[in-house]
Amino acid sequence: MTTTIKRVLLGEQGLLVLFVLALALVSLTVPNFLTERNVLGLLQSVVTIGIVACTMMLCLASRDFDLSVGSIVAFAGMVAVMVSNAASSIVVGLLAALAASAAVGFGNGVVIAKLRINALITTLASMQIVRGLALLASDGRAVGINDPGFYSLALSRFLGIPTPVWVMLLLFAIFGFVLNRSVFGRNTLAIGGNPEASRLAGVDVDWGRIWIFTLQGLVCGIAGILLASRITSGQPNAATGLELSVISACVLGGVSLAGGRATMSGVIVGVLILGIAENVMNLLNIQAFYQYVVRGLILLFAVLLDNLRSRTLVRR
Amino acid sequence: MVSLEISHISKSYPGVRALEDISFGVPAGRVHGLMGENGAGKSTLIRILSGDARADAGEVLIDGTPQRFGSTRDAFAAGVAVVHQELQLVPNLSVAENLRLGHFPARAGVVRFGSLFADVGRILQEIGIDIDPRRKVSDLSIGERQMVEIAKAVMVDASVIALDEPTSSLSAHESEILFRLIGRLRSAGKVILYVSHRLDEIFRLCDGCTVLRDGRLAAHHQTMDGLTRERLVAEMVGREIADIWSWRPRTPGPVRLEVEALHGARIPQPQSFQVRAGEILGFFGLVGAGRSELMRLVYGADPAAGGSVRLDGTSLGLPEPRRSIRAGLVLCPEDRKADGIVQSRSVAENIAISSRRHHSPFGVVRPRQEAATADRFIETLRIRTPSHRQDIVNLSGGNQQKVILARWLSEPEVRVLIVDEPTRGIDVGAKSEIYEILYALAERGLSIVVVSSELPEIMGICDRILVMCDQQITGEFTRAGFSEGTLLAAALPDRARHVRKA
Repeated sequence: MTTTIKRVLLGEQGLLVLFVLALALVSLTVPNFLTERNVLGLLQSVVTIGIVACTMMLCLASRDFDLSVGSIVAFAGMVAVMVSNAASSIVVGLLAALAASAAVGFGNGVVIAKLRINALITTLASMQIVRGLALLASDGRAVGINDPGFYSLALSRFLGIPTPVWVMLLLFAIFGFVLNRSVFGRNTLAIGGNPEASRLAGVDVDWGRIWIFTLQGLVCGIAGILLASRITSGQPNAATGLELSVISACVLGGVSLAGGRATMSGVIVGVLILGIAENVMNLLNIQAFYQYVVRGLILLFAVLLDNLRSRTLVRR
Repeated sequence: MVSLEISHISKSYPGVRALEDISFGVPAGRVHGLMGENGAGKSTLIRILSGDARADAGEVLIDGTPQRFGSTRDAFAAGVAVVHQELQLVPNLSVAENLRLGHFPARAGVVRFGSLFADVGRILQEIGIDIDPRRKVSDLSIGERQMVEIAKAVMVDASVIALDEPTSSLSAHESEILFRLIGRLRSAGKVILYVSHRLDEIFRLCDGCTVLRDGRLAAHHQTMDGLTRERLVAEMVGREIADIWSWRPRTPGPVRLEVEALHGARIPQPQSFQVRAGEILGFFGLVGAGRSELMRLVYGADPAAGGSVRLDGTSLGLPEPRRSIRAGLVLCPEDRKADGIVQSRSVAENIAISSRRHHSPFGVVRPRQEAATADRFIETLRIRTPSHRQDIVNLSGGNQQKVILARWLSEPEVRVLIVDEPTRGIDVGAKSEIYEILYALAERGLSIVVVSSELPEIMGICDRILVMCDQQITGEFTRAGFSEGTLLAAALPDRARHVRKA
């Protein structure tokens, strides 16, 4: 009996099993959880984390780290709003935001891959530089959106589901494919598994890493635009601490910090666990301060589970 | 005065019987040789002795008392110290700190460096090691570090000291000092287990020796009286091993690989050599002679400072791995774990990593085709794995080596295959399978370059051998001229001619 439980929990799908159990429990016991309104709200609340987690997954899978995502999201929002206002064109504003955030990611990638500076340090630096730029751009103030077309981006719906949720689902699908079926995705996992062996096997490790960070920037740009649209302004202080939530979600989803192991489905589950925990605590009127404690505990538990799992793998 | 006894020890790893019913004893005050080829089980026995691995059956007795070592700490406490090939010192601390790690003399938590240095200095002097205890370990030569490691064993008052290939990276002078130290330890009544496959050292140092072969006890000699080199070699190799090479003559084709005046950071002098199509060329030399470094330059794993590599007349310029692979020049690296396999990925993934670029339209991989390719190589190379989905770390060394071979054989047009220590840590059965693969490839017209530290192996499988010493090619021998003596002479620094025979 106990061995069966052990095998299920420590097996490949252990996290998924736990997730389904928790979901069932929550649906049955928490009032108002399984209403359309609440589920859509829940999904909308995880859009930013979910989108950024797609590329953070690649980053962690290649044994790297990106702390600058929260800053890039805020920066992209500022660029999108300010350029849209100045050029009186939403399209120009969005393109400018995407280009600017991809450029930041590219910069991270070049410094990390070519100048061989540790990713943690590089992105710690760019996290502060980019946040600073966002603050400088508006002298630290929020910038309102002139054209109402911009915030309808977040308000609009397709088949009854808000556009940002569609964007997140689309990115889940794209990056699931990229990770599993593209040469780039397979190389990313190989680089994370053993960078030197990958290089000697003919993988272009440097450019692989540059691409990962560029994509990370670009995807943060998308998240930043949707966030600005939802809060109807560019806020230089938006998305602080996002990097830690996103990394938590990935680790919860079984992405190995040692690199070389990641699945999109795991990351999605990780994102949802974080979202559901927060949502349930809101529904139960638990004070916000407790939520930090609970989130930390969930993360710790997931890492313990992962640790147990890799130990049984080695023993086998 | 304490004796050591090994009693009926057996140990298996998945797919390999590492040790089978090994028993022998060593009385106090003796230096006892432990010999055998790579993979004979020496390291496993040492690991069991050091508490690093647990025997499936049998026990270690010290002074007649059975020991149960759950960890290296237990073994240490029981007075067994092992000096490993890879030394376990903290490089950024001083010699004295390393020797007293965990037991610093301190007052109120503040280390009393004066008494630390004085104590350690006195002890080092007593055992005859002339090293300043204040020096940082990172500033010491490899030989000096080895001494420090031995001093560590002496300082915990170990009664059994096992030395695992201690001279493999020492100069002749450093070895001399080590031998004198071993002599003193013997007079102090220690049991010294001396692991080596260097016969001259065994004859010079040991009072007796034990030979392992394929995990079994091949011979045990209480004294060295009346023993000959030939007899020991025969015991190490065994009669039936003689034909695991099964070399057969081939007719080499035109020159395929031309390396011209290649040099780089770790190969300072320009080196040149050629390999013909269908030829198996060996590179022999002692550890540190620069063979792997030269191969890494040829492949482009390390940047070359100058020189050229030509493949079938076309220059590769200064090589770089991706360019080499595209031209059909590939390398199976020496350190499989660090440079060869991607640990966290599957067998299929490890095979497809390079060749998938040929069949991934628009960068989209075809999992089914990759699985089929993997299955084909699992069958033809007899890779023992439950499925191509298995993580490569779960395979034995020999099978990992075959996966790396499969990685290159799945490339459409490999012309030169460099294999660096292809059979290191691989059991005898898998070895002959790998030789068969190399022969088959040579017969298909590939040029094969084999780097090996094992004389019998390199003499057994190569058509021609180049010998390196001190980062230079010091000799060239064709099959008719192969002999252990001449090859070793060209590999030894003091007798090396530093000119290449025509």
